Amino acid sequence: MAQGGGGVILASALTDFTDGVRFIFQARESSAGTVQVGGLNEVGHMAGNHLLVSSLAVAIAIAVALPIALVLGHKGRGEFIAVSTSNIGRAVPSLAIIAFFVAFLGTGFTNLCFALILLAVPPILTNTYVAVRQVDRDLVDAARGQGLSEGQIIRTIELPLALPTIFGGIRLSSVNVLATAIIGPLAGYETLGTPILSLNVYGFTGAIGAAIVVALMTLVADAGFAGVQRLSTPKGLKVVKGDRRRMRFRPPSQRSAQSP
Amino acid sequence: MGESSGRSSAETIEFRDVTKQYPGGSEPAVDGLSLEVPAGEICVLVGPSGCGKTTAMRMVNRMIDMTSGDILLGGRSVRDRKPEELRREIGYVIQQIGLFPHRTIADNISTVPSLLGWSKARMSERADELLELVGLPREMRDRYPSQLSGGQRQRVGVARALAVDPPVMLMDEPFGAIDPINRERLQNEFLRLQAELRKTIVFVTHDIDEAIKMGDRIAVMQVGGKLAQFAPPAELLMAPASPFVEDFVGADRALKRLALQRVRDIDLWTVATCRTGEPTAGVRERTAEADLDIALLVDEHQRPVGWLSERGLTGERIRSELRSPADPVVDLDDILRDALSDLLASESMYGPVVGAQGEVVGVLSMQVISQAVGSAPSEVPGATELAASEHVNGAGDATGPDEE
Amino acid sequence: MSAALVIAQSGGFVRERGGDASCVANDGFCPTWIADNLDRYWTPLLEHLYLVVVSVGIGFAIAFSLGLLAHRQRWLIAPLTGVTSALYTIPSIAMFFLLQPLLGRGNAPAIVGLAIYTQVIIFRNVITGLANVPGEMVDAASGMGMTKNQRLFRVEVPLAVPEILAGLRIAVATTVGLAAFAAFAGAGGLGQKLIVASLITFKSNVVVAGGMVTLLAAALDLAVLGFQRLLTPWRRAVAA
Ligand SMILES: Nc1ncnc2c1ncn2[C@@H]1O[C@H](COP(=O)(O)OP(=O)(O)OP(=O)(O)O)[C@@H](O)[C@H]1O
Ligand SMILES: [Mg+2]
Repeated sequence: MAQGGGGVILASALTDFTDGVRFIFQARESSAGTVQVGGLNEVGHMAGNHLLVSSLAVAIAIAVALPIALVLGHKGRGEFIAVSTSNIGRAVPSLAIIAFFVAFLGTGFTNLCFALILLAVPPILTNTYVAVRQVDRDLVDAARGQGLSEGQIIRTIELPLALPTIFGGIRLSSVNVLATAIIGPLAGYETLGTPILSLNVYGFTGAIGAAIVVALMTLVADAGFAGVQRLSTPKGLKVVKGDRRRMRFRPPSQRSAQSP
Repeated sequence: MGESSGRSSAETIEFRDVTKQYPGGSEPAVDGLSLEVPAGEICVLVGPSGCGKTTAMRMVNRMIDMTSGDILLGGRSVRDRKPEELRREIGYVIQQIGLFPHRTIADNISTVPSLLGWSKARMSERADELLELVGLPREMRDRYPSQLSGGQRQRVGVARALAVDPPVMLMDEPFGAIDPINRERLQNEFLRLQAELRKTIVFVTHDIDEAIKMGDRIAVMQVGGKLAQFAPPAELLMAPASPFVEDFVGADRALKRLALQRVRDIDLWTVATCRTGEPTAGVRERTAEADLDIALLVDEHQRPVGWLSERGLTGERIRSELRSPADPVVDLDDILRDALSDLLASESMYGPVVGAQGEVVGVLSMQVISQAVGSAPSEVPGATELAASEHVNGAGDATGPDEE
Repeated sequence: MSAALVIAQSGGFVRERGGDASCVANDGFCPTWIADNLDRYWTPLLEHLYLVVVSVGIGFAIAFSLGLLAHRQRWLIAPLTGVTSALYTIPSIAMFFLLQPLLGRGNAPAIVGLAIYTQVIIFRNVITGLANVPGEMVDAASGMGMTKNQRLFRVEVPLAVPEILAGLRIAVATTVGLAAFAAFAGAGGLGQKLIVASLITFKSNVVVAGGMVTLLAAALDLAVLGFQRLLTPWRRAVAA
């Protein structure tokens, strides 16, 4: 493999990738030659499982974190909790979280799901909290002055204005969860991580195939949430982009030099 | 090389039909600006917001490139210079001060010297020198800008601009962000400094009072970047060239002129002074000759005691029968505006004027002041001269009764 | 090829060594086992540290240069942000496999993959750090005659240091976590002790390996923080 130089490496890499793609669509013999592996059926099943556990985890994380963060943000309390959750969430490696869950609570779908929820909560919690805090307090005061109840203020003012940032948090959580669900098989649940973790059965080709599917899945999820994030931006706020552009020409004394 | 920059001699600045058209702007920001700032003078660019003052100033050091025309420094076109080299020879002070927060005060002051490759020792020595020059204690050299007050920071800003003793300085609203009391103080300090250093300075402000105070010459600009009038402050106040300038300098322009003159600059009334026990006849004679028909009683040091009443003149010798105390006593170094204010405050038509030792030298009256306001502008000194005279006579402050 | 690619089932790690045998057999938390076997974690810990330091070092050098470049050529910001954040989205395990056809197995795909993940974080912070330098600083620097490069390195970069190092901190913490998956690339590290079915259920092992990863993240975070304080003495100087 080494003697042929770059061309050969590229060619062999290309073969690896096409084989990986073929694994997705066509079943083939396992490494030991005992069973048939791969093909749309099996890969589809694994991808379905992968999506199921991931979306369930994110949905529950939203259901838990969103109301808490909305209320905390509305009241301006618990800043410490909201901020340190995300710091801890970032500091504790996701593999360590899963490992602790599996080791101490056991394997299985529920436990895996719990671990993923734990992983998904911090970005949603922090983003929501920060987004609500950033809503203009004068606006909230004005609404209160017009007789809106606290609940109405949250629902009709803070939530809509915070929505883009909230979706930013959901987007981050989803990508994290989809990525971490790969190690689901270690918790006894079949996901797209199965071919990767059972290399001896599925072979390198299976791992590449699964990696391609997972990568595409997260890219699509990321792009989808980015779209939602953009759509959820209230119209009035989108002008900001144009404004910023104009700002670059504005206060002349604050601009950088115009040297030739 | 860098060592040769000890050229403190000022240079003239000449704008020749300078125009700046920003891309996309409908009308030029600066339109055909021509003016000449003599070496060693402060030229203030003043005008309403957006009239192109900053743009005009920043074309001098090529922070903005002019669209057409030329600017000459000491007869040499800035267009022929490399922008970076040009800028190192021009002091630059901006409203936001722009001290670098990550550098100590000494390092901030040494910005240009370090660009010119001065030795550490020389930079350090120069920093100390400049701190002293702008009236900051040497201990501040190792502090960071965040540890200074706004006024102190602006002093450092000026020191930094002066670091390599540039012949020309550009100042864009340098005192704009400072509270009125400190601004006044910084203005006075700066004028005193300038009386010594005699740089050629382009000074931008939107405050006409600051312009009148700081400028040897004032260029009033109007929106569209046109020069409305270029004249010394007194001329500007005496003879505004257009309704725009008249409006811009304000309805109180006659009063503003009073700030440009000191009591010593105008012809005072003469007055007969007398001491208790002096023969009455001589006093009567002198009173008849003097501008004021009342005699002023003084003590043995010629200091005013009070206005003599008719009864005090009735005997052979002067008796200290006063008609009223000698209020207010005006100092020879007072500016006319303050003197007038004193007269108004004590509801007098006139008051004795005293010199440095408190001795009477004449009388200031409402009439004298109104004549002065009407006098020709050529007799009115510019800002730097005013500051210089104050500097020279600084000692008088100690005994002057009315100095604030 | 595939023979060489099989992940060692237990990383050659024999659980049954020392400690309380029944506790170990029950996947328990066994202090004596931990005491007896701690020495077997030093090498993975060092491997982990090595992966993080090298990949963050390389990643920082690249992202920082890209940031400086894009600060000048502003049109580069959008495409570079797009590409780096898309790469960041790819799950690390997938990345480590997708790099193998080109880079083989071992440290190479691990380090390249980890370095790729640092890009978006550091690049973004360099760009915003430089963009947040107050306009009057830039104005004053140019007005006193600094060239573009002098301005960049004497004023803009130093003032952006807090933000740049904030990015570095996030990059380090993230990389410590992602390096746990580098075992999938065959690069060792503490992840080696966690991605194996027979070890991930073993509480003693998880406490040691998981704890070490977490502590490593915290320790490196503190190190960067200290470095930041060292580099920005002016930020600690408060009005006297
Ligand atoms: N970089 C720029 N691009 C386009 N237009 C500009 C730029 N800088 C200034 N202008 C315009 O040129 C005109 C003059 O601006 P300038 O900053 O010189 O005014 P100014 O007299 O200093 O005002 P102010 O007192 O508010 O500082 C203004 O209309 C301004 O909007
Ligand atoms: Mg201006």
